[in-house]
Amino acid sequence: MQQYIDFFRTHRQQIDESCAPALNSFREKAFDVFRKTGFPPCPSEDYLHTDVAALLKDDFGFFLNPPGRTVDPHKAFRCNVVNLNAIKHFIVNGYLLETKDNAPLPQGVFSGSLHVFARQHPELFLKYYNRLAGQEEDGLAAFNTLFVQDGYVLYVPEHVILENTVQLTGISGGSSRSLINRRILVILEAGAQAKLLLCDHTSDEKSAPAVTQVVEVYAGENAHLDFYELEESAPEAVRLTGNYIRQAAASRMITNSITLSNGFTRNNYRIDLAGRQAETRLYGMAIADARQKIDTFTRINHLVPECRSSELFKYILDDEATGAFCGKIIVSPDAQRTEAYQNNRNLLGSRNCRMYSKPQLEIYADDVKCSHGMTTGQLDEAALFYMRSRGIPADEAALLLKFAFTSDVIQGIRLEGLRDRLKLLIEKRFRGELIKCQGCI
Amino acid sequence: MQIETEKQIMSDETNNLLNELTNKDYAYGFVTDIKTDFIPKGLNEEIVRLISAKKDEPEWLLDFRLKAYRYWLTLRMPEWAHLDIPSINYQDIIYYASPKTKETSRHPDEVDPELLKTFDKLGIPLHEQKMLSGMAIDAVMDSVSVKTTYKENLAEKGIIFCSFSEAVHDHPDLVKKYLGSVVSYRDNFFAALNSAVFSDGSFVFIPKGVRCPMDLSTYFRINARNTGQFERTLIVAEEDAYVSYLEGCTAPMRDENQLHAAIVEIVVLDRAEVKYSTVQNWYPGDKNGKGGIYNFVTKRGICKGESSKISWTQVETGSAVTWKYPSCILAGDNSIGEFYSVAVTNHFQQADTGTKMIHIGKNTRSRIVSKGISAGKSQNSYRGLVRINKGAENARNHSQCDSLLLSNTCGAHTFPYMDVQNETAIVEHEATTSKISEDQLFYCNQRGIPTEEAVGLIVNGYAKEVLNKLPMEFAVEAQKLLSVSLEGSVG
Amino acid sequence: MLTIKDLHASINGKEILKGLNLQVNAGEVHAIMGPNGSGKSTLSAVLVGNPAFEVTRGEITFKGEPLTECSPEERSCRGIFLSFQYPVEIPGVSMVNFMRTAVNEHRKRKGETPLTAGEFLKMMREKQSVVELDKNLVNRSVNEGFSGGEKKRNEIFQMAMLEPELAILDETDSGLDIDALRIVANGVNHLKRPGNATIVITHYQRLLDYIRPDVVHVLYNGRIVKTGGPELALELESKGYDWLTKESTCSNT
Repeated sequence: MQQYIDFFRTHRQQIDESCAPALNSFREKAFDVFRKTGFPPCPSEDYLHTDVAALLKDDFGFFLNPPGRTVDPHKAFRCNVVNLNAIKHFIVNGYLLETKDNAPLPQGVFSGSLHVFARQHPELFLKYYNRLAGQEEDGLAAFNTLFVQDGYVLYVPEHVILENTVQLTGISGGSSRSLINRRILVILEAGAQAKLLLCDHTSDEKSAPAVTQVVEVYAGENAHLDFYELEESAPEAVRLTGNYIRQAAASRMITNSITLSNGFTRNNYRIDLAGRQAETRLYGMAIADARQKIDTFTRINHLVPECRSSELFKYILDDEATGAFCGKIIVSPDAQRTEAYQNNRNLLGSRNCRMYSKPQLEIYADDVKCSHGMTTGQLDEAALFYMRSRGIPADEAALLLKFAFTSDVIQGIRLEGLRDRLKLLIEKRFRGELIKCQGCI
Repeated sequence: MQIETEKQIMSDETNNLLNELTNKDYAYGFVTDIKTDFIPKGLNEEIVRLISAKKDEPEWLLDFRLKAYRYWLTLRMPEWAHLDIPSINYQDIIYYASPKTKETSRHPDEVDPELLKTFDKLGIPLHEQKMLSGMAIDAVMDSVSVKTTYKENLAEKGIIFCSFSEAVHDHPDLVKKYLGSVVSYRDNFFAALNSAVFSDGSFVFIPKGVRCPMDLSTYFRINARNTGQFERTLIVAEEDAYVSYLEGCTAPMRDENQLHAAIVEIVVLDRAEVKYSTVQNWYPGDKNGKGGIYNFVTKRGICKGESSKISWTQVETGSAVTWKYPSCILAGDNSIGEFYSVAVTNHFQQADTGTKMIHIGKNTRSRIVSKGISAGKSQNSYRGLVRINKGAENARNHSQCDSLLLSNTCGAHTFPYMDVQNETAIVEHEATTSKISEDQLFYCNQRGIPTEEAVGLIVNGYAKEVLNKLPMEFAVEAQKLLSVSLEGSVG
Repeated sequence: MLTIKDLHASINGKEILKGLNLQVNAGEVHAIMGPNGSGKSTLSAVLVGNPAFEVTRGEITFKGEPLTECSPEERSCRGIFLSFQYPVEIPGVSMVNFMRTAVNEHRKRKGETPLTAGEFLKMMREKQSVVELDKNLVNRSVNEGFSGGEKKRNEIFQMAMLEPELAILDETDSGLDIDALRIVANGVNHLKRPGNATIVITHYQRLLDYIRPDVVHVLYNGRIVKTGGPELALELESKGYDWLTKESTCSNT
């Protein structure tokens, strides 16, 4: 921790130089918070299985200056998700590359660099940036705010429907171990609609970057947002994300995070249902083997009456993989007629994998329908046997069952092209054929 | 079939009885006017030595107490529970109080009539002629055991059922062997405190191959003002033994809070079974949250032998604050742990209760059924841990945690922790939270049943799966308590 | 026995009953028929005081005394019984316990002492036979896991236990096969007394083949638009409701 405090002190000028003043204006406060809290202590109730300080203790390199455009990412990274018709962006080591070949956007929509947005629209930027992530004194969010220099912003004005999916491809890595801090800000005004897909990769199988990512989402009244994340990174990569979402009345949101490969993944979600009849679906899935670790922490706050939330997280663990899931649902005293459902299902495939699950309900209203369920187990022996008795080899039968296990998370995706692509990737992943991201890269 | 029905009606009979009781306040809130022998307020090494001396204890036990006390000094009260507890001044508590009788407590046959009267009033007759048939009772008031019934009859079968203090003198080897073997004094803050100052409690030993012919029961009564109760229960069931043990408790109504910090240890050897049932009805405080018992209890059993079984059943209706997690360590292969709980909170009560199931042996099984009922302005939490250790092949757990809400000012919370380290395990947890159904209430109303009574019916129905696990006499008592505790919670 | 004058009732602010008048005398069987959504079930709900419905105007008197301010349990004890269209399940509460509580509440109201376990059992056994109710059912939780037919028979069993003066059968025939229908109807007929009255709410004629009504009303759009003898039910069976509803729309305009 001290190394980062010192680093900030000595490099502050360099960090500020290439950034918009509006972005820099948040660093002082973040510095105070970080000095006070440090990284989240581990073990603590919210960080039982993720020791951030230990993950970031090495001497990481920082990219303090935007990279030159040495490769054309459009050529280097081909996305094979068909029929996506996407607005494409690339975020390389935390910096959004300029893209010129996207089709023109509807009037008023901004889709581009955080740094540019902060310069061009400082009033909007100041209105939204860090308002959710800075709400609580979280050491990880403060750390990100302290160092972040760029990222991505999507702004969709009132009643504008962005038909095309935004596809953001994140590429991190390099020859030495680097620490990358990036930021995503999504603002949908009332009645706006958009779909965002983030495909996260490392530049090659050997790179071992640590990425901190803070995502803030504002969904206005009646706004609809689909936010999909696909993680396919190298086995030594570390990714720590904080997702802060605030939904106004009657807004709809789907969040779906899929980890196919990575070293250590920690995803935090905090969703505030702040307007009546807001609805959120938070789905996630991870396939983890070798020594992979996946830790998800979710907190859904039902602040007002008549909101709905449903959560579904599924893990498939093998080898020495470790999975953790902590899901909190908090229903405030006057949030009557709340419906909140949470499910965590896990498959363990080997002797040495380990699963921690901690679903929690905190309910302070009485007219509610809430439930949570958790199971950890193996493939159904009877089903396996039944399939084998019909001539299906054991391996194949197991694969089919595992594939079926993931299907309800995949079905939650509303982009057909992505769904199809994922089915293929998941199958390859189970067959051990997915050495690196062959599809997207 | 007819007999079934009649039996059911008999218990329904008492169920109706309680509706008359619903209009009453806490029924056990009286104070027995008896001279009490107190030791000075506060806690220090001298007090620990004094308690030990009062009980004429051997050196090794004093050492145990002192070690625990010194360790306790290094600890802070845990804060992780979903409880809001005002700070407790541990120097403001009297750690030992015994009803002064003409005889010393070493001669339990001659009990002070005033004490007999007290237990009579609580429905626990201790006179030879009036003793409950089919149940042996150890009655504990404040820091000492008043009397144990049927002791001699049980001794014929080799069963030891006596107060903890007697066991220390009469069976020191057994006590020495098992004391602290399940709950170490280093386990937690309250366990350390209890280990330093524990006063009395029950000791049960069922030898090899013996099925205890009657239910054993301990009744705990706090009487004296400003005192804490720190009892300790130790149950040992040898190979193929069986015992059903019951525990009940009450306290007078007082404006100030009183502390109760107990330890229960159970050791179960090969193929043996212990059923432990609790109806906890400490004074819960008044409607405004004034007074009541702070109940901090560490209860844990170990299924040491293969195919052994421990079953916890608890009905928690009392106490201002409850902090309690009866647990099972399933060390023996094929061993079974069960936890059935009904926890009711009303007015300003707070409960944070649940269980821990630690699966160590192969083919171990555990089952958790928890029914929380919250009313008034109370907070009711289930907290439980299921851990499947690496060697626990084919372990199975199923947990069902339901919460029923009766008011819009109370809270119901569920905090299960699941830690699975063996891929052959199957762990399942389901939880639901819902409001008492308007449709059900209206249906009862249409048949002429007033709302208050309908709530009692529905709540008892909701808790039935757990109540069914209690021995008959206790089930009746528990049903009454459920309805009484919820008095005034609807409307 | 029952007099309803200019009854208006609404649910969630939506008016369903719009000025309903009805007179039911002791000893009579009234059938109330009408198309879906005409307000039949609302009428039964209002009569037994379901709190979801609000009486906005008009009055209901039962045996000369006003009813609208009474709680549901008071109405029950005063002798009004509803056989629910959808009986609710109450897990864990045994039928025995449930009925015993109800019967003793009724007795308390009449100033009678509660039944002893033996007396109550005897009564249960007698009444079970009225609807040919399987003995095992009364040992189960209230309506839990009962089939559709069992639930309806259980309703009539409860009616037999509580001996109401006014029984309201809300769509008791729905979802019943012909045997179950016969058993239920026989049960109802068996319980008929000169001093009692029955209101049969139904969509179809077929229940009325078994329970002969003295008076038949057609409820449409929150009002009774036609009243007649048993022949009216037959006429409805053959002609449907259209002719009536047209008539009533005409008369409204």
